[in-house]
Amino acid sequence: MAEVRLHDLTKRFAQTVAVSDLSLDIADGEFVVLLGPTGAGKTTTLRLVAGLEKPDSGRIEIAGHDVTALAPAERDVSFVFQQYSLYPHYTVYQNLAFPLRAPARRWATADIDRRVREVAALLRIESKLDNRATQLSGGEMQRVAIGRALVRTPAIYLMDEPLSSLDAKLREDLRIELKRIQRDLGATILFVTHDQIEAMTLADRIGVLSTGRLIQIGPPRTIYERPDNLYVARRLGSPQINVVAPDALPLADVPAGAHSAGIRPEDILLHCDDGIPAEVLSVEHLGVETVILLSLGETHLHTLLGSHPPLAPGSQVRIAVRPGAALFFDAAGNRIPSNLSEPTRETAYGT
Amino acid sequence: MSSGRTGTTAAHSVVDATSAGRRIAAVVVIAYALITMIPLVWILLTSFKSPPDSIAYPPKVVFEPTLEGYVNLFTTRSRQTPEYIESLGPPKTWYDALVRKRNMVITGPSRFADRYMNSVVIGFGSTFLAVALGTLAAYGFSRFRVPLKDDLLFFILSTRMMPPIAVAIPIYLMYRTLGLSDTALGMIILYTAVNVSLAVWLLKGFIDEIPREYEEAAVVDGYSRLQAFWKIVLPQARAGIAATAIFCLIFAWNEYAFALLLTSGEAQTAPPFIPLIIGEGGLDWPAVAAGTTLFLLPIVIFTVLLRNQLLRGITFGAVRK
Amino acid sequence: MAEIRVENLHKSFGDFIAVRESSFTVRDGEFFVMLGPSGCGKTTTLRMIAGLELPTSGRILLDGEDVTFRRGAERDIAFVFQLFALYPHMNVRQNISFPLRIQRLPRREVRRRTEEVARLLRIDHLLDRPVGGLSSGDRQRVALGRAIVRRAKAFPMGEPQGALDAEFRELMCEELRLLHNRIGATTIYVTHDQIEAMSMADRICVMDRGEVLQVAPPIEIYERPATRFVAGFIGSPAMNFLPAQGRLAPGATEIRLNGATVPIPRLHAALDHPEAILGVRPEHIHIADDGPLRGSVYSVEYMGTRQLVTVDTGVGRLKVRAPNTVRVDDGDSVALAFDTRRLIVFDPASDLAVASAAFTETADG
Repeated sequence: MAEVRLHDLTKRFAQTVAVSDLSLDIADGEFVVLLGPTGAGKTTTLRLVAGLEKPDSGRIEIAGHDVTALAPAERDVSFVFQQYSLYPHYTVYQNLAFPLRAPARRWATADIDRRVREVAALLRIESKLDNRATQLSGGEMQRVAIGRALVRTPAIYLMDEPLSSLDAKLREDLRIELKRIQRDLGATILFVTHDQIEAMTLADRIGVLSTGRLIQIGPPRTIYERPDNLYVARRLGSPQINVVAPDALPLADVPAGAHSAGIRPEDILLHCDDGIPAEVLSVEHLGVETVILLSLGETHLHTLLGSHPPLAPGSQVRIAVRPGAALFFDAAGNRIPSNLSEPTRETAYGT
Repeated sequence: MSSGRTGTTAAHSVVDATSAGRRIAAVVVIAYALITMIPLVWILLTSFKSPPDSIAYPPKVVFEPTLEGYVNLFTTRSRQTPEYIESLGPPKTWYDALVRKRNMVITGPSRFADRYMNSVVIGFGSTFLAVALGTLAAYGFSRFRVPLKDDLLFFILSTRMMPPIAVAIPIYLMYRTLGLSDTALGMIILYTAVNVSLAVWLLKGFIDEIPREYEEAAVVDGYSRLQAFWKIVLPQARAGIAATAIFCLIFAWNEYAFALLLTSGEAQTAPPFIPLIIGEGGLDWPAVAAGTTLFLLPIVIFTVLLRNQLLRGITFGAVRK
Repeated sequence: MAEIRVENLHKSFGDFIAVRESSFTVRDGEFFVMLGPSGCGKTTTLRMIAGLELPTSGRILLDGEDVTFRRGAERDIAFVFQLFALYPHMNVRQNISFPLRIQRLPRREVRRRTEEVARLLRIDHLLDRPVGGLSSGDRQRVALGRAIVRRAKAFPMGEPQGALDAEFRELMCEELRLLHNRIGATTIYVTHDQIEAMSMADRICVMDRGEVLQVAPPIEIYERPATRFVAGFIGSPAMNFLPAQGRLAPGATEIRLNGATVPIPRLHAALDHPEAILGVRPEHIHIADDGPLRGSVYSVEYMGTRQLVTVDTGVGRLKVRAPNTVRVDDGDSVALAFDTRRLIVFDPASDLAVASAAFTETADG
């Protein structure tokens, strides 16, 4: 394991700039998640680190060495792809052994066997070693794919949405496993996803990307509670943060220059006697939570409640905003720091 | 032709074939298969007929089978007087006996075996070359940024658009100058050149379907590009390579016009040879049929052996795109 | 608009039974979601309703009229195959009006109805645009427009493509639901995604292995699941199932769990099996100083306003949804308490929930 530094990386494909002046330091043993929609440059960044693409400018250092000009095989990295991660013509065992049999490594057969079985045990796929890769379920396949990265101990593991092709329950399980393994091995991981839950639960730090630029990087809690700008505020939280004009709702302490206010759905309180009236447009019972779409004239607001309020479309309610919960943004979309102490968030509803 | 689908009017309602429809479809398919098989069956039957039976009118469906056609195919014979045949003593082998019944004696082997071997060498040789060159070229076109890629690919395909016989005379002159006329090497080069365009196009399709991620994973894991090609791409392109090989082989095996033009002695292949097997008083039809039957066998065997790969190969692109 | 009644519908393909003796009614104007894992028979059921597949036995009634063996085209049902498949060579107007032009309606009528639908979907300003340049939201509206322009009695919708990103799916669900609120057409929507089902449905029909397990509104399904499968399929993270001691008499208010006694809602029926399964949702477990079950924290996942704590206990690994004011770390030893009113006991033999006060009393909170 080692630290990895990216300096001012830029990569263009014909006219489009995929990655633009991106700088990022990943500490030894850190789990960094790059979050962004399709086309934000997440995968390109990963491929640049792996050496599968050459940057137009900028520098990549792994463990203090400049590797920008090196071929992928010489970089000591391993890569887990989103799909097509296993060779269909090999068995699970052959797939896991493949990186160790590389000419650059030439491990002894006995060592390979030991290591493959070790990793298979870690991922609980020992019984599948003789199966063909095509005979596995989706979850097993992805586990083998991660296993193929783990048989080596490279400077950094690069993972491109390795969980996105799995169903929800498997994803939950593998997420926990991956985090455990990372912590136990002290592995350095650069992980790319568009799934905010994955980002929040896995990352030591989340880097939010947009059109090739790193917009903000920090611990999940910071990104969620103190986003630098509207873009970041919208990337995390489901339903999305409500963005309204600062005077659309009665808000205290609106700073000068505020152009819009962001209010998380869980921070809208219903049934306040002194609140302002709103009409219910739709009610979605999601089991543990209820999402209600409200209309205040032209403005639509999502609220998130823990209980099941007896509301139906057409109901009238009075609403208010949890004091201190609103975030304010200037005309350019950047957050205006509150002069109050930053609010510490407590859960808004009975979990 | 009646289809197995019951008619519907709305854009989105398609009802599955009814059982009656399915039965009709089955009958049609089977009838079609039988019709296409009639000439083949007739050739097979003719190869076991005696020369008089083969030209009998009305045609004989029931007859006494004989291997005369096959014997005639592999031998040359001359007619002798019965007295002379008598003086030879009893026939040593069953085929001697068969020939003597017609007052003939075997004077030596025919050239069919040589012609057949020529076909094997030229057919399989050119197939191997076309597929090998085609795979490499297709991989290059599929994976690398080749300047003028689309134009080059079109150019390669365009060689296929021209009827080959249009260039017969230039090729004949060229081959004569280069000393390639009537040589196996010349024929292999010719068939390879014709087939390689087909091979490149087919194989490029197959290789395009193999995700790049496989190779990239291998490259990150410490393999060179060539090793990744050998270990990852080739095994996965197997179905496509098999399908391509069959198409190439069928062309090279059956090709008649150039074989007739460019070969006459040493390197002659079976197609121009078979129709010219002359018996007494005209074509020896049972021998021609026997030659044709034997000539069909390798393709049949090759196709049967590779049929699973072939089916996958042919449906490959269609299903995924 | 229409009511669809499905009576003892049965479909087998050779030895394989795709749908087994299923009965349910889709009410007039209802948004009805069929939910289940792939291969559960939901799509086959939908195809039979749409007339794309004939049942082996059973009946389908559309507004009281038996349509079981009518062809799809004669049923006045607009099947929406894929919400995203548009004809790329036609513009928006041509795409929407396609089903009408096929019916050879007068040109003026086609024009009027197309524009009406476009206004309803708020895409009237896009009518003469090619579909190529549209945003994904607008493309979906066009596809919807093509479905509703026929004014069919009901809209069966096949599973929309699963590869959409989460954000867009969320948007699409809300849009569909709002549209349904406006036009009130009977809609049957098939999905394997329980969140989609919960967020859109008036009522959900949960299927597994060809059988209908429960038909009820979303909250009902969530709070009072009829079977263990339903309980486990709905909700994310899934309900925890703990092995407990069985042989419970009607009126029982306690259950033995790994040596501890846990209070449960009063049972209305007996459980004769020697074992029982106690179902408890992650949000109904509390990390407390004192509780009947102890365990050690396996992982803690931060999720914005909430956190998900995985705890290893003597009865297995449990998921706990905790407010993020609770500070725990991996390896911590914790006690777990249960929200008594919300516990559900399942019979391991039949997988059915045992009737109890949890099913008869409303336990909101």
